[in-house]
Amino acid sequence: MTSSTNAEVVRGQEWERPTPAKDGVSSHYWEAAAQGDLLIQRCPSCGNRQWYPRAVCTECGADPEWEAASGRGTVHTYTVIHQNYAKPFRDELPYVVAIVELEEGPMMMGNVTGVAPGDVRIGMPVEVYMVEAEEGLAVPFWRPARS
Amino acid sequence: MDRTPVIVGIGLSDYPRAPHLDGVQHHCLAMQRALDDCGVPKSEIDGYINAGGGGGMMIDDPVTMAEYLRIDHRYIDGTMTGGSSFEFHVQHGAAAIREGLCDTILVTYGSDQLSRMGRTLGTGGFARGRQRIGGPIQYEAPYGNSLVGAYAMAARRHMHEYGTTSEQLAEIAVGVREYATHNPNAMYRDPITVDDVVSSRMIAEPLHKLDCCAITDGGGAFVMTTAERARDLRQPPVYVLGAAGAQTHWNISQMPDYTTTAAATCGPIAFERAGLTPDDVDMAMFYDSFTITVLLLLEDLGFCKKGEGGSFAAEGNLKRGGRLPLNTDGGGLSSCHPGMRGIFLIVEAVRQLRGQAGEVQVPDCNVAIACGSGGWLSAIGAAILGKEHP
Repeated sequence: MTSSTNAEVVRGQEWERPTPAKDGVSSHYWEAAAQGDLLIQRCPSCGNRQWYPRAVCTECGADPEWEAASGRGTVHTYTVIHQNYAKPFRDELPYVVAIVELEEGPMMMGNVTGVAPGDVRIGMPVEVYMVEAEEGLAVPFWRPARS
Repeated sequence: MDRTPVIVGIGLSDYPRAPHLDGVQHHCLAMQRALDDCGVPKSEIDGYINAGGGGGMMIDDPVTMAEYLRIDHRYIDGTMTGGSSFEFHVQHGAAAIREGLCDTILVTYGSDQLSRMGRTLGTGGFARGRQRIGGPIQYEAPYGNSLVGAYAMAARRHMHEYGTTSEQLAEIAVGVREYATHNPNAMYRDPITVDDVVSSRMIAEPLHKLDCCAITDGGGAFVMTTAERARDLRQPPVYVLGAAGAQTHWNISQMPDYTTTAAATCGPIAFERAGLTPDDVDMAMFYDSFTITVLLLLEDLGFCKKGEGGSFAAEGNLKRGGRLPLNTDGGGLSSCHPGMRGIFLIVEAVRQLRGQAGEVQVPDCNVAIACGSGGWLSAIGAAILGKEHP
């Protein structure tokens, strides 16, 4: 891994959402997020970049390598959730779930925050920040890009 | 020996509300009705398929149900692709019959979802509270997406790329509801307008409450056999002309193109096997979990060009008397959606091809297509069925 995302990591908030169960691959992703890095994978054989991280390249089956993303992307598509009975989401309605297209190419899911849900648009530039769920595990979120 | 695969028996359990039945009882009642329908004795069933996956870990998975129903099978399949499972079952069952792996297959499904879980299920999200989530869904679970939200993201992207409107999507719900008014068992039977749909409560933008399917109880079954065996059964056979399935992703964050489903892959294969084109199809049973599901299947199967599904629907093509009557039983949108609706697509298509659909009978119905969507627009199965021997 040669670069870093240097995203803000918000710590000390109470985390009531479902929490990822780290596995052999995902532990790197969640632990890096806690350090402010958004990791994607790049395949040294074929150059394919992918999200979510896996033990194999989805194009050619080789071993992928980790790469820190820039943390910049655009909203590819999104929805504003108005109904969800599950805690804690029901207390946060309405909120935005989006597919963000990373500058590097892969697309990933996330929440877009810091903007009224009605103002979110496809193509909107966004930047990543991390929210710590527990020690050594942070989750990427998105907000409108500052520059 | 003519081993052309046919569907000879169909049966539905009780719906939309059946508090007197649990899931296994839905399987059983549907089986009894399907066997009564065609006159095949239970002892003749030598193949069994259901969508319970495998491993004997559930009360209604294939091996457990084969024991419960006491089906001494020599062919078994538990393919579980979500709601489209049963279109995959037609594909697999047809191949097994052609190959001679077995002669007569029973497919069953049953769910007491409404009576057991209530109606909050569909929008309740995948994960609740602080639980720990493993597997690929760990990358989505923290964000509170809902089932409806997954489809909504596809709808939003389609609107962005092609100018599709909520009013066009609403036309799909309106047409299906019109059919539901003729089905005494349908969950929702009052006619609705486009305005009713677009002014109904927003669930996940841009999908409104009336863009979403009902949540019901229900079960279904069908019996497949050879054209040879079908000659002296009670019902005219319905021929499997072509069936195919394909998958682009499972979890919604992995959908490669939010406006194109795997129907774009499996549709042409099914049509090629049938030696037909979309122009030859007289009626459609499309998975209508949400209005957007129908629109994407329409386009991907080639009934209209990509991006033109909205205008195709708005022109009335899917309604009664239209070019491609859709979901004549009232669909999942208005009649019955117990979790995995794919089996109801097959049952209603067979009813139409037999000419037994009563007041919603499509005139001169020779070819029907059942196309199921499983997961989150993920695994698509298409079965082209016909009245005439291919």
